[in-house]
Amino acid sequence: MATETLPVYTKKDFQTDQEIRWCPGCGDYAILSAVQSVFAELGVRRENFVFISGIGCSSRFPYYMNTFGFHTIHGRAPAIATGLKVSRPELDVWVVTGDGDSLSIGGNHTIHMLRRNVGLKVLLFNNRIYGLTKGQYSPTSEIGKKTKSTPFGTTDRPFNPISLAIGAEATFVARSVDVFQQHLKETLKKASAHKGSAYIEILQNCNIFNDGAWEDLTEKDARSEHIIQLEHGRPLIFGKNKDKGIRMNGLDLEVVQLGNGITEKDLLVHDEAHPRPAYAFLLAHMEERPGFPTPIGVIRSWENFTPYEDLINSQIREVQEKRGKGDLEKLLRAGDTWEVRA
Amino acid sequence: MATTTINAAGRKREVLDTAVIRFCGDSGDGMQITGSQFTNTVALYGNDLATLPDFPAEIRAPAGTLPGVSGFQVHFSSQDVFTPGDTVDALIAMNPAALKMNIADLKPNGILIVNLNDFGDLDLRKAQMTSNPIEDHSLDGYRLFSVELTKLTRAALRDLGLDNKSVDRCKNFFALGMCYWLYNRSMENTFRWIDAKFSKKPQLVQANRMAMQAGYSYCEATEAFQISYEIPPAKLSPGVYRNISGNTALAMGFVAASQKAGLPLFLGSYPITPASDILHELAAYKDFGVITFQAEDEIAAVTSAIGAAYGGAIGLTTTSGPGMALKTEAMGLAVAVELPLVICDIQRGGPSTGLPTKTEQADLLQALYGRNSEAPIPVLAPATPGDCFWIAMEATRIAIKYMVPVIILSDGYLANGAEPWKIPDISQLPEIPVKFEKNPVDFKPYRRDPQTLARPWAVPGTPGLEHRIGGLEKQDVTGNVNYEPLNHERMVRLRAQKVEAIAQDIPDAVPVGADSGDLLIVSWGSTSGPITAALRSEKFKDHKIGHVHLRYLNPLPKNLGDVLMRYDKVLVPEMNMGQLVMVLRAKYLVDAQGYNKIQGKPFKTSELERKIEQVLAQE
Repeated sequence: MATETLPVYTKKDFQTDQEIRWCPGCGDYAILSAVQSVFAELGVRRENFVFISGIGCSSRFPYYMNTFGFHTIHGRAPAIATGLKVSRPELDVWVVTGDGDSLSIGGNHTIHMLRRNVGLKVLLFNNRIYGLTKGQYSPTSEIGKKTKSTPFGTTDRPFNPISLAIGAEATFVARSVDVFQQHLKETLKKASAHKGSAYIEILQNCNIFNDGAWEDLTEKDARSEHIIQLEHGRPLIFGKNKDKGIRMNGLDLEVVQLGNGITEKDLLVHDEAHPRPAYAFLLAHMEERPGFPTPIGVIRSWENFTPYEDLINSQIREVQEKRGKGDLEKLLRAGDTWEVRA
Repeated sequence: MATTTINAAGRKREVLDTAVIRFCGDSGDGMQITGSQFTNTVALYGNDLATLPDFPAEIRAPAGTLPGVSGFQVHFSSQDVFTPGDTVDALIAMNPAALKMNIADLKPNGILIVNLNDFGDLDLRKAQMTSNPIEDHSLDGYRLFSVELTKLTRAALRDLGLDNKSVDRCKNFFALGMCYWLYNRSMENTFRWIDAKFSKKPQLVQANRMAMQAGYSYCEATEAFQISYEIPPAKLSPGVYRNISGNTALAMGFVAASQKAGLPLFLGSYPITPASDILHELAAYKDFGVITFQAEDEIAAVTSAIGAAYGGAIGLTTTSGPGMALKTEAMGLAVAVELPLVICDIQRGGPSTGLPTKTEQADLLQALYGRNSEAPIPVLAPATPGDCFWIAMEATRIAIKYMVPVIILSDGYLANGAEPWKIPDISQLPEIPVKFEKNPVDFKPYRRDPQTLARPWAVPGTPGLEHRIGGLEKQDVTGNVNYEPLNHERMVRLRAQKVEAIAQDIPDAVPVGADSGDLLIVSWGSTSGPITAALRSEKFKDHKIGHVHLRYLNPLPKNLGDVLMRYDKVLVPEMNMGQLVMVLRAKYLVDAQGYNKIQGKPFKTSELERKIEQVLAQE
């Protein structure tokens, strides 16, 4: 095959002529914009990108990306994408899903995609609400939340998507926020470079049914106190004055104030590539605890496990090398045969 | 017809046209292996044959109990065979439970071989028997041979140093050896099988060989049997044959389709009885580039196949009725996005979990109509185990040519039943042309081929064809999301027309037998065999009876309406409550009557003969 030079793409090359039908002010616009910008820089031919989505507001995403796109059925995008990726491993397949699509109706496919480590990049738009069906609680809604289907508050304990993904043995887990454009773009690039499943939770605002879903984290003043940006090889520091840190205390984490004898050297150094998931679990559960920040960035990125599509296809190649390519004539005549003469 | 000769030892050898033998015993007794071995041997000899494996859903019900009984029936003949046989000439019952469950099917004066060592008080109690049938004269109407199978097998293998448990596992081969003597068959083929099967355990090779040889020699040495039988080879049309079951034929048919289409085959499947064997077989064909994906559930099985089809592979999913129910929404998606896909439903008794190992054909209406809204899907059904090969190729051809999902309705009887199959010349296999869209100039994802109404297959990776598809209603031609009322009606009608138009591309219905007259029998699926056998009865020679067996259930052959009108009466035998008959009555306003059996078992020839007589006698 002749090597063709990669066209120079701009964000515009990834925009479609379709009228965007998200509500004005929806966090999805910001995510779309970041993805379109990043895709122009990934060094992949446009025709090799595929977006596969399920059902929900987020899942309309493929209609607005000028790539191959498939808007499928509720919860099943990971399974459809798996079939595509294993049969066409050279394609760059992205899944767009939401908290209901991925964690409720599609929970089973999500965990199995992750444990198999299929080379799919999954964008989970988490707005903690069902938007397209107009405001019921979702599997990530905080307990007690009053919604159309829970007028007296939810009694469901929510999923923590990061924890769930790590529990399902995901090899790449990250979190970003719709309005943090630069951070989001960087995170998308890292996900794109990962070999195997990449699960990115994007905290996203639904200004109609759950406005301010992540206000605590996105408010300019509160931001630095409530969020910790993870960077591989860097100590866990946060706070407006960069004066708080996280260190190990026994088998647990604790927040400490720097100074009074506590220095950066006492703090945990972020190791996204740690072979065991225990540390990532600790990070995943910080946000539920008073005084702890919510981590964003790459929580876990571990590449020592071959992607599923490579395992499947190399097994086929090995068998073909050993047995030779299949011969239909031989197959039909395998086993005992007998001849009836005229 | 029978001719009898007497050999030097004074034993009689009778030549028969046909024989039906059934092996039955506990699930752990190896009856399926014994039956398959006997089948392969008679097949290699050149008999026509049909088999009926009959086993419980439980893997190992408590040994010796009624629910644990497993059976395997073989009908072999020098004539054409269409069914496994209504009743059996020889019954091998390994224990009282097997005897109790099967004796009703043994012909009067039939051969009955029982394992005398398994008729103790405890064995009888496990089978809920109050008296010993071997002693109480209840078996007087049969030719009873009480053989100490366990004791004789142990004696034969005494010197091998195996434990009793392993030795007792060989007693089915002792019984098989006896049957080879009884029917004058060579043990060579089974010897070879034993050698290959236990190649890593030489002691078991020896044990099973010796047990079978001992059974054979027992018959020769003792004078237990004064007569043996011979069934000469059948006059099959010339060619090279093999034995084939429906599931094997489906698996091979899809490999052939993949080769003929020049596309990789992707199977997404979740284990379910009686379809799992297709997954097992295809998983072994990696040398053909087959990708098998054992999915997390039935839904992932079908959706992964849709994903593979979207990428340009042959997408296949295999299941049974409960699994197809789970796949329903995804099948609707395949209808909407107009991608090729093949869904195999190996039907079993229902509803719900039903009778997992028993046969039924009650998923026809599910296949035709079991989806939300208007979601027409072509439906094909193989008639015999060997036909499964051709149906697999045909379903793939239709799926690709028309860009539609296609359902194959097989059933448990076809799946596990076997028959001799003439191996086709691969150069004569039908071609399956494939055209991927390549041209980006004015590309429209839903612009249809004027003949087939198929939309283009535009796979990811093709420069300039970037486009979006999905389950939302499409605008005609452009494929953009569109909610306009008239566009929706147009798209619903187009999808229906596309499936209807396939009728132009399939054979007309040609009745076998009378072309018009007293009675038309219309059937589909695995009932083909018993109906064909029943219609050969002398009883019907003065009547004008036709038989149309439908391999295409949607669309139906375009001339079927005309054919139905040419007969006074129409009878539709089905292993359900009357599903095809309902469709025929609705579509053609014909006064067809159903004949229904819902027992998890195929029709018997005699049952059909009686029904046909009855219908002919109606005013």
